[in-house]
Amino acid sequence: MSWNSHETLEKNSILLLIAIILVVLVGGIVEIIPLFRKETVIEPVEGVRPYTPLELAGYNIYIREGCYNCHSQQIRPLRDEVVRYGHYSLAAESMYDHPFQWGSKRTGPDLSRVGGKYSDAWQTAHLVEPRDLVPESIMPSYGFLLHKGAKLHDLDKHLKTLRLVGVPYTDEMIENAEKDAMAQATGEERTDIGGLQDRYGESVNARDFDGQENMISEMDALVAYLQVLGTMVDFETVEGAK
Amino acid sequence: MSDDHKKKEIDELSGVETTGHEWDGLKELNNPLPRWWIWVFIITCVWSFWYFVVYPSWPVPGGATEGTSGYTQYRELAMNQAEITARQEAYLSKFEGASYEQILQDPALYAFASAGGASAFKDNCATCHGAGGIGAKGYPNLNDDDWLWGGALEDIEQTITYGIRADNIESRVSQMPAFGADELLSREDINAVVDYVLTLSGGASKSNVAQGETIFMEQCSACHGEDGKGMRDFGAPNLTDKIWLYGGDKETVFETVYAGRGGLMPAWEGRLDENTIKQLTIYLHELGGGE
Repeated sequence: MSWNSHETLEKNSILLLIAIILVVLVGGIVEIIPLFRKETVIEPVEGVRPYTPLELAGYNIYIREGCYNCHSQQIRPLRDEVVRYGHYSLAAESMYDHPFQWGSKRTGPDLSRVGGKYSDAWQTAHLVEPRDLVPESIMPSYGFLLHKGAKLHDLDKHLKTLRLVGVPYTDEMIENAEKDAMAQATGEERTDIGGLQDRYGESVNARDFDGQENMISEMDALVAYLQVLGTMVDFETVEGAK
Repeated sequence: MSDDHKKKEIDELSGVETTGHEWDGLKELNNPLPRWWIWVFIITCVWSFWYFVVYPSWPVPGGATEGTSGYTQYRELAMNQAEITARQEAYLSKFEGASYEQILQDPALYAFASAGGASAFKDNCATCHGAGGIGAKGYPNLNDDDWLWGGALEDIEQTITYGIRADNIESRVSQMPAFGADELLSREDINAVVDYVLTLSGGASKSNVAQGETIFMEQCSACHGEDGKGMRDFGAPNLTDKIWLYGGDKETVFETVYAGRGGLMPAWEGRLDENTIKQLTIYLHELGGGE
């Protein structure tokens, strides 16, 4: 019975078990340790903030409707993509997405920098009937979003849950979640958005996104989400910081 | 059993050594691994070692090993972009500082601008203005020579750069009031003015046209002009042609006067670089009968 023969391992179950654990440990360490050091691969950039409650409601609708099946949110550092979609995506830009919406397939275009590229009216009309604006489009119609009220009353719970996984929502943000969502979908002209701006910054988009003043629809939430995508980082300040 | 193993039992039929394992009388041959397989294995080991050294691979505190080649995807992108810029340099060096007049007179620069503009148009503008600039309801057709804010090169450039009613301090701004929704005019008055407006582009005259004309002169002429030919300072459309932005049937025109309009074109400053905006300007000028 020699020490290095297979037979020794195969006939001593305890020894075999120890050997198996050692081998699996190596694989585990290699895969798991980098996840604990995630912050080392997220570039320090300024401007990325957690989603406002209304944008978060839109993000949830984005997931519910399966938008990620056809749209990616990840501009790869390849020349053609940068020419078409803009600056390549930074890890920091999706650090508050749980789960991230990078996607894996593009039937429609990438959406990481769609914020501000089209008007609210365009986004709304296009979601209602894509072919009105892009005749060759095969995107489904989402007109029902206009007639469905956005669910705002439980947003504080969403914020709270996200805080558990590391999104820096403050107590104040959680407390005012529903109020902030309503203010953002109503806009400066008809309501006070001071609190919303204090909490989420001056540049937050606050207006009636879907053109229906009398209700806050799921369309409001989804368009608010789309209009903030890729607009948080001021690239003039990060250029050269790679 | 371990003693059996040392005996090197040779299988009679194949002449190959067995492993000494036996299951119900069946024994396993101990053939060596194929040579080619061993070589592939060794080569992949060597290759992976080389990869470890040359490329960024191993996580270390504060990031990862950089690798001797200094490769990153970002550097590769920068190199690719530099390569394209170098290829375009022959044109870009002249294009960058050139005035529109110089570009229009130089066939090579003009072709360069036109091609670049067409390509940028497809990526950025066609979504609203349609393939080939055909337009959609609320989004102007860019093929005709009917310009809302002006069709000279400088006008087009300003519109693209700063947008219309966009979130930009230099943006062009105007507002068609909501005469009905804001109770500036009664329903009857709106009907009359709509009927009058429709006669401007050759619609049939109705009995209330005189009333409509009076209201038009009071309420609309400040922007659309007394003759209804529009004013570009306000982006007020010409109402005497048959080109309609939202639709020229009575119902749509009524809706326009009742609820107002205010289409938004985003500002492209910052999203597109100056050269691209210049190329787009020339492309659109050529496309839509520029002035």
